[in-house]
Amino acid sequence: MNHDYRRITRDGIWDNNVVFAQLLALCPLVAVTGTATNGLGMGLASTAVMAASGVTISILRHIITPEVRIPVFVLLIASIVTLVDMMMNAWLHELHKVLGLFIPLIVTNCAILGRAEAFASKQPVLPSLTDGLMMGMGFTLALVALGAVREILGSGTLFAEAALLLGEPFRFMELTLIPDYRGFLLMILPPGGFLALGFLIAGKRVLDRRLAGRGAADAAMPAAAVQS
Amino acid sequence: MAKGLRNPSYRKRIGYQSALLGGMSMLAAAALSVGFVETQADIALRTAEDIQASLAQVISPTLHDNDLLADALTLKIPGRKRPATVYRAIHDSRVTAVAFESSGQGYGGEIVVLMGVAADGNVLGVRVISHAETPGLGDRIEAQRDDWILGFNGHSLTGLGPQGWAVKKDGGRFDQFTGATITPRAVVGAVKSGLEQFTARRAELLALPAPEAETGGQPRPATPDTHSGDVS
Repeated sequence: MNHDYRRITRDGIWDNNVVFAQLLALCPLVAVTGTATNGLGMGLASTAVMAASGVTISILRHIITPEVRIPVFVLLIASIVTLVDMMMNAWLHELHKVLGLFIPLIVTNCAILGRAEAFASKQPVLPSLTDGLMMGMGFTLALVALGAVREILGSGTLFAEAALLLGEPFRFMELTLIPDYRGFLLMILPPGGFLALGFLIAGKRVLDRRLAGRGAADAAMPAAAVQS
Repeated sequence: MAKGLRNPSYRKRIGYQSALLGGMSMLAAAALSVGFVETQADIALRTAEDIQASLAQVISPTLHDNDLLADALTLKIPGRKRPATVYRAIHDSRVTAVAFESSGQGYGGEIVVLMGVAADGNVLGVRVISHAETPGLGDRIEAQRDDWILGFNGHSLTGLGPQGWAVKKDGGRFDQFTGATITPRAVVGAVKSGLEQFTARRAELLALPAPEAETGGQPRPATPDTHSGDVS
């Protein structure tokens, strides 16, 4: 059986992006993306959970019956999230102080259950791992993009407190784009999150249509030329 | 290669389903137990470091030569469910200051502050430990965003009087924020009630803990040791 890893990657990051295409995981998405840094941290934690749950469920896929699969998936995902929470609290404490509130929210991330159901329960371990990682990357991308938009418009900075998340060497990422900015509260609050998300999704649709249009135009060129 | 959720006949039996769920639960419980045991010590250590770091902000390290966490008292406060922990700064066998948490009802929920009070009743420092106030408006109570919280330093209950312990809008001494009055009002209220608690129990809080090694000649202090339960 040939698994098309390029297809999985493309699906995860762009074509079938958790947020922009599947519209899943909006609860953690809107909650954490007040800043790009928080989005990045949440994205990385979710990626870890997605990869781990993908592998676990893929290994167990032959013994799990369809009738009880949902409770089993939920149980496994919740356990993995709790483990990640405890490990971060113990060994990445600074990051946990920033993200601690949101880690349990990963359980509510229906994208993880969605991938368990749609992919990991039907596919071997390696493709499931790839799928988890790539879906996670796509989710991280969406979180950072939304976080960046809200942070720039809301507080005039980008990647504030990144040094807290990634360590001192990454302080260069912390930018103040608009000095003396008085802030735009709406963008930091959840309504601003939905607003920015709407524009981002619309933007992706336009881009996709443009790309598809160009591809179709290239293919249809001879016919079109004859017609006109 | 197998196609995922295969379904031979024995799997349809209720026994298999139950065994599967039970087995998975046991697996999950085992994994969580291992995780808990592995991380527990580190988490406790990190939490203690956190408390120490916040305590250092409200009680200057020069005020004490003891371990604040070791010399903590647990008090029951009438009308409150959770017992309060009071950290005591001791220097040359004298209690120089105490630190404890107090709370008030803000705009978005409970605001918890940690406050340090000198033995004479003056506020040494106040820091907000947790809050759910509106970002950009109410979060100016955080020390890293605004100096407002430093405005409590040096004030005492008697120094300002009952009128003074309120925001300016209510005729008191403390600034409110543009667009957010409830938040500073809650913090002022929390600090005030903390000071009232302190005043009410001053003697008990400032009494020295019993030195465990030499109880003989020492007069027995009114307060029992660290784990003292009911004093109310």
